[in-house]
Amino acid sequence: MLMRRNPQLNKNGELIHLLSIEGLPKAVLTQILDTAGTFLSVNDREVKKVPLLRGKSVFNLFFENSTRTRTTFEIAAKRLSADVINLDIARSSTAKGESLLDTIANLSAMHADMFVVRHAESGAPYLIAQHVAPHVHVVNAGDGRHAHPTQGLLDMYTIRHFKQDFTQLTVAIVGDIVHSRVARSDIHALTTLGVPEIRAVGPKTLVPGDLAAMGVRVCHDMAEGIHGADVIIMLRLQNERMSGAMLPSAGEFFKSYGLTPEKLALAKPDCIVMHPGPINRGVEIDSSVADGNHSVILPQVTFGIAVRMAVMSTIAGNQA
Amino acid sequence: MLQLDAESLYAELREGVRPLLKAETALVGIWSGGAWLAERLQQDLGLPGGLQGFGVISSTLHRDDFSERGLASGTDATRLPFAIDGRHIVLVDDVLYTGRTIRAVVNELYDFGRPASVTLAVLVDRGGRQLPIAATFAAAKIVLPATQKLSLERADDGRFSFQTKEAR
Amino acid sequence: MKILIKGGRVIDPASGRDEVTDVLIASGRIVSIGRASELPADRVFDAAGLVVAPGLVDLAARLREPGQEHEGMLESELAAAAAGGVTSLVCLPDTDPVLDEPGLVEMLKFRARKLSRCRLFPLGALTRKLEGQALTEMAELTEAGCVGFSQADVAVSDTLVLQRALQYASTYGYTVWLRPLDAWLGKGVAAQGAVATRLGLSGVPVTAETVALHTLFELVRTTRARVHLCRLSSAAGVALLRAAKSEGLPVTADVSINSLHLTDVDIGYFNPDMRLTPPLRQGADRDALRSALADGTVDALVSDHNPVAEDMKNLPFGEAEPGATGLELLLSLALRWGQDSGLTLPATLARVTQAPVCVLGEAIGSLATSAGRLVEGGVADVCVFDPAAQWSVTPAVLASQGKHTPFSFASTGMLLPGQVRATLVAGTVAFEASRPVPA
Repeated sequence: MLMRRNPQLNKNGELIHLLSIEGLPKAVLTQILDTAGTFLSVNDREVKKVPLLRGKSVFNLFFENSTRTRTTFEIAAKRLSADVINLDIARSSTAKGESLLDTIANLSAMHADMFVVRHAESGAPYLIAQHVAPHVHVVNAGDGRHAHPTQGLLDMYTIRHFKQDFTQLTVAIVGDIVHSRVARSDIHALTTLGVPEIRAVGPKTLVPGDLAAMGVRVCHDMAEGIHGADVIIMLRLQNERMSGAMLPSAGEFFKSYGLTPEKLALAKPDCIVMHPGPINRGVEIDSSVADGNHSVILPQVTFGIAVRMAVMSTIAGNQA
Repeated sequence: MLQLDAESLYAELREGVRPLLKAETALVGIWSGGAWLAERLQQDLGLPGGLQGFGVISSTLHRDDFSERGLASGTDATRLPFAIDGRHIVLVDDVLYTGRTIRAVVNELYDFGRPASVTLAVLVDRGGRQLPIAATFAAAKIVLPATQKLSLERADDGRFSFQTKEAR
Repeated sequence: MKILIKGGRVIDPASGRDEVTDVLIASGRIVSIGRASELPADRVFDAAGLVVAPGLVDLAARLREPGQEHEGMLESELAAAAAGGVTSLVCLPDTDPVLDEPGLVEMLKFRARKLSRCRLFPLGALTRKLEGQALTEMAELTEAGCVGFSQADVAVSDTLVLQRALQYASTYGYTVWLRPLDAWLGKGVAAQGAVATRLGLSGVPVTAETVALHTLFELVRTTRARVHLCRLSSAAGVALLRAAKSEGLPVTADVSINSLHLTDVDIGYFNPDMRLTPPLRQGADRDALRSALADGTVDALVSDHNPVAEDMKNLPFGEAEPGATGLELLLSLALRWGQDSGLTLPATLARVTQAPVCVLGEAIGSLATSAGRLVEGGVADVCVFDPAAQWSVTPAVLASQGKHTPFSFASTGMLLPGQVRATLVAGTVAFEASRPVPA
């Protein structure tokens, strides 16, 4: 089979789209994290704007609702001086049956320079990236179960901020991993950055054996999974999973896999607790842990804006 | 190839900058070469604020060649440990050439406040200006062909030297 | 019209004939195979360096008529068949309306005959509207021309209905053509495994096929109905089939060109041309299918021709309509498999000529003695091809309305072996390459 070049990289190996962390060289990831550091300091200034994306139009195309993520992208784009257009897809032409590619073509005709896309189908941003003009860049804000690369990057930024050296860490990812795009992006980023021990923790219906092929150790026992962990990433348990005959109840899940202070004590004393949000208190995480001093959930949000600024400015500066 | 003695030019710069520094004047070095110069000047001239009392400024976020060259990697962030409003600023850089870096740096400065004045001192002014920008003091004025790139280097022991490279 | 095909390598897998000689055709039949005396012929084909084989018999092709004309029409798809050297094809009943009425079958056969190309053997629907509830009038449908009964890709989840349908079909000796696919386990868009997990695509486990096979074999044991298993996809499925055959159950099976050559890794960056049903499985499954086809456990190779409209394919992977064009690739992909497996050309060609006709059996009546063969006195359905030529699959060279195939040059960068030079059906030239198609 023909091995295609990773569509995210141009001929010089520079990032032109951010679709997934998979396949990106470590140097690209590190550069984005370093750049995010610069933007973090910009966000502390009186004047939080820089002109890098001035005159560019960023279209937020969210086929799946998310006020949180869309807002952080909007803030990030505006701080780069871009013009931001939010498209409410549910009420738009797509609801009338317009195909994804037709929607993109129409918006491109309105001089869109960058699309930030969230879609319910895995792979949708790849289809879009294949069909946009060379000067247009695509950022994946989450596609189906496949990837949420900006979340993966901000999670890595968070870990680097608190732990510095990736190569000495034990990281546990807990919860509904099979349906989680955040988990996949985190796993790719952690393996690329050299984390030696990554554990995927959850029941067999949510953490299948073939996850091991991605470079993780599958653990169905919570205690074994978080024992000695430096970082614990808790994933949100979605309600649909209960009705999909994968779990009997939220209560039973919390009993086995919820992060309580007792379970947290099994991890390292300076362990940090992360969560992509929004958190379900009492389902995957106990309130006292979410609000406790191991939790870095709020810093994650702050880092998120800087990381998204770094991503958008990096890709906007590279030619296809 | 022209031989420039960076250390002796630095000595001249030091004397040239001294009269520019009044009370309440802040020293700001342009990353990376200017930042090294500012660090040594801060110490040699005994400027207020201690050894880290000088500012470092980066042109990265305001460069005018972003569309062609993308975002520069591995840059140091701007660090200004003093207020800019109403302040007299002395900018220091190693090489003044087209003037575009200075333009970007002044824009960056304005993101922090409105300075009372901005004065520029450089080690080498190599001509070739593309914008109406001038240095109040330059330790050396030379002309180099456009194909040559000139930059300051700092050894592990802190000694300065110049490096010339043929640009592609 | 008298046609002489001169000096080609005549291969007839059924009889074992493999020699360079001439074939004389008249009145729709093969008059003689052997060095022809200088009888006057209206046309002489110079087949030097070419192979003269029986016309290919494809057990699975969707022609999209009636009702799905935006995806394909009889004209284009039958032209594609002829271009692919296919002289007989079996078409599926999931048209719109479903082929569950004799009148619809007659109309389809009539339309096809007027276009005067490939022989069409329609499968009738097993249940009305394919809904898996009420049986169709199988005897009436057979009289109208159906060669068997199928549920296309729609599983019959009601096991009582399935058992009754098999019982009824076995009354008349009809063959029931079924995809071994469990209705609930089979819901995903890609094969369950490391690739689907990595790409975040819902997976179809192998149990979707094996659970269905166990059920079908058990029902065959009790009803003794003849069942043809469509589009086997897994090593586990092959193992169950092998056991069923050695037990003596009246079952046959086919495999598609896609499952024979590709795996889930070929999905790459969510290439919608790889969205297929059954989904592409892993290397071990492909290898098992390849050896099963070689040793005859899997009887026939089919194109699984499914032309899909452009706007139904250019969608995110999970939303894209499954299917690929295949009639024009059947011969080349058979040859490629044969070469890779170290088989002789006659053994390779058997899987797309003689073996499919054995599956059809008495359902095609007297044709069963000469379709898929080159026999004196038999029908003149012939495929003349250049085994040494190579070609690249691009939309421009395809006659089918469906331009999407996982074997496109754009996807694989590979050239395919074997090019059809001429196709004859009932002694009439149905297709002739005007000049060699450039690679």
